[in-house]
Amino acid sequence: MADSQTLAAKLREYFSDIPVDCTVNLKEVTLEVSPDKVLDVCRALRDEDDFAFEILIDLCGVDYATYGMTEWETDISTDTGFSRGVNAVEAKTLTNKMDTEKPRYAVVYHLLSLANNQRLRVRSYPENSDFPVIDSVHDVWNGVNWFEREAFDLYGIIFDGHPDLRRILSDYGFIGHPFRKDYPLTGHVEMRYDEEKGRVIYQPVSIEPRVLVPRVIRHDNRYDDGQSGEESSNA
Amino acid sequence: MPELHNMTLNFGPQHPAAHGVLRLILEMNGEVIERADPHIGLLHRATEKLAESKPYNQSIGYMDRLDYVSMMCNEHAYVMAIEKMLGIEVPERAQYIRVMFDEITRILNHLLWIGAHGLDVGAMTIFLYAFREREDLMDVYEAVSGARLHATYYRPGGVARDLPDSMPKYETTKWRSEKDATRLNGNRDGSLLDFIEDFTSRFPGYVDEYETLLTDNRIWKQRTVGIGVVSPERAMQLGFTGPMLRGSGVEWDLRRKQPYEVYDKMDFDIPVGTNGDSYDRYLIRMEEMRQSNRIIKQCVDWLRVNPGPVLLENNKVTPPRREVMKGNMESLIHHFKHFTEGYCVPEGEAYVGIEHPKGEFGIYMVSDGANKPYRLKIRAPGFAHLSALDEMVRGHMLADVVAVIGTQDIVFGEIDR
Repeated sequence: MADSQTLAAKLREYFSDIPVDCTVNLKEVTLEVSPDKVLDVCRALRDEDDFAFEILIDLCGVDYATYGMTEWETDISTDTGFSRGVNAVEAKTLTNKMDTEKPRYAVVYHLLSLANNQRLRVRSYPENSDFPVIDSVHDVWNGVNWFEREAFDLYGIIFDGHPDLRRILSDYGFIGHPFRKDYPLTGHVEMRYDEEKGRVIYQPVSIEPRVLVPRVIRHDNRYDDGQSGEESSNA
Repeated sequence: MPELHNMTLNFGPQHPAAHGVLRLILEMNGEVIERADPHIGLLHRATEKLAESKPYNQSIGYMDRLDYVSMMCNEHAYVMAIEKMLGIEVPERAQYIRVMFDEITRILNHLLWIGAHGLDVGAMTIFLYAFREREDLMDVYEAVSGARLHATYYRPGGVARDLPDSMPKYETTKWRSEKDATRLNGNRDGSLLDFIEDFTSRFPGYVDEYETLLTDNRIWKQRTVGIGVVSPERAMQLGFTGPMLRGSGVEWDLRRKQPYEVYDKMDFDIPVGTNGDSYDRYLIRMEEMRQSNRIIKQCVDWLRVNPGPVLLENNKVTPPRREVMKGNMESLIHHFKHFTEGYCVPEGEAYVGIEHPKGEFGIYMVSDGANKPYRLKIRAPGFAHLSALDEMVRGHMLADVVAVIGTQDIVFGEIDR
C-alpha cells in the first residue's frame, strides 16, 4: 500500500488554495473539507492521476452530539461516592450542549484508489446542525446513491442534488432519524396485534431505557504516550 | 387499439428467490424490465446503534449475524479495527488460525451461494452437493467454537481458544446404526487439523463434481452467459468489490494488494474474468474455492508444527486464564473489570477493510476514549452491489432478475444490518 505521508503531502500541495485540513493517524489519511467545496474536491480526487480514487467505498453520517460524554464519572468522586452510572446520557442535556459553535453532524467518505493502491478518508461538517445540508457526490461516483439515502434516513442529512433521496432502511411511514444520539435505543413506538381491532397497531414503547454497562472514559497514560509519540512523528 | 401501460409487479419480500427479505418493485414492459426498485430494510436491526450501547467485546456476536453465511470474516474486520486502535499485535499462531478460518468461511459462503444460485435458475442437485460439504465445515466451526454458525470465535488480541485435539464423533442412536456411525466417524479419529486436512484433500474433487454439473451445462450457460454484464468502468463507478469487480476484469484482491494477517506468506492465485457477466462471476467463485482450499492446506501445515499462544497475554485487553484467575487477586480484578466494564479504546478513528467472500467488508470505528464505540459503521459489500441491481437488470427478462440476484450473492443480514 502506498505511503500515507506521501499522499498527505500531495494532498496539501494540490489543495493549497482552498482551506483543507489533512492529517495522518494510524497510517490513515483524513482530509477535512468545508461542505461547499466537497463536490469540487471529490471530482479532483477522482480525476487527478496522483489520487485516482475510482471507488467510493463508503459514505456515512456521524453525530458528534454526545462525543466525550460519559454516564459514569470516574475522575472526581463526591462525598456520596462514585455515581452508579445507571442513567443514560439524557437527550435534554444534549440539546443544551448542541448549540455550541462546533457542527453536530459529519459526513465521512472512504475512498479507494485501485491504480495507486491507496485509501483516503474525507470528512465534512454540514454547517447548520438543525438542517444539515451537503452536496451530493452522485455525479462523481454513481454507487453513492444508496449510501447517501442511508445517511439521510438514519441522520437526516440532506444531500443536495441526489436523484432520489428517500428513506431506505427504516419502515414505511417511519418518523425520526434513528441513529441520532438523541433518539433512544428503544425507539418511540412498538407494534402489536390488537385482538379487538383485529389489526396491527402502533403504540408508545412500554419498556424503559436503561443502562446495562455505563459508558466510561478512563484516561489511560499508556495511550497518552503512544499518541503523543505518533503525533510528533506526523508533524 | 387499446392503450398499453407498463405493468408494475411486486416481487417478494417473501419469495424463495429473493434470498431473504428483498422486496422488488418491477416496472415491466411485457416481460422486459424497465426499472427495478429494491426496497430493503426489512431485516434492519440497527446493529451499528446497538454496538454504540455495548462494550466492545459484546458486539463480536452481532458481527456473525450480519452476513450470516460468512460469519468469521465479519468478526475478523471488527476485531482488526479494535486491534488497530489499541495498537496491539496478534500472536502469529492466532493469525494463521484466523486466515485458515477466513478461507473456510469463504468456502462455506461460496457453497451456499452456488447452491442457492443453482436452485434459482433451475439446478437442483448442486444444492444437495454443496450442503453435503457445508456440513463438514460447520462441524469444524462447531469443534472450535461450539456453534455451527454464529461462532463468536475471534477476539481482539487473537482467538478465543486453541484448536481442539479431537473431533466430536457421531454416536449410535435409534436412527443411526453402529455401522453408519463408524463410517461417519472415519475421518474424525484425529485432531481438528487432521479432519481439515482430510477435507482439503477431498475438496478439489468435489469442486470438479460441481463443475461437471454446471460449467458446460447448456441450461446453466443459457441462463448466465451475457446476463448482468458490467463493464470495468461501471463496476468501479458503482462501488463493486470482490468477485463482482474481478468478474469485470479488474484484478483487485485485498489479500494480495493490502495484505493483512499472514496473507503475504500464502501462495494463491486470483482469478479474473473477462466479460463481466454472471457466468464469469460463477467461474471466479469456483476457482476461489480451489484457491481457498490451497490456503487452508498451507495454514494446516504451518499450524501443525508451530504451537504457541493464540491470545495476547495483555490483561488490559484480554481476560486472564481461568486457572490464574482462580488463584491470583490481581487476575481476579482483571477478569472482573474485563467482563463488566470492558476496556477503553484510545480516542481516534480507524477504517479496516478485509477481503470478505462477497467483496470488501469494512469497519469504520470512531472512539471518544470510552469502553463502547462512539460510532460503528459497517461497510457491507452487498449493499453496494444490490444498489446496482436496477442497472444490471434493465432490459433483461423477469427470469433474469433472479439470476442477477443470485450472481450478486445477496445476503440480507449484511445489507440491512
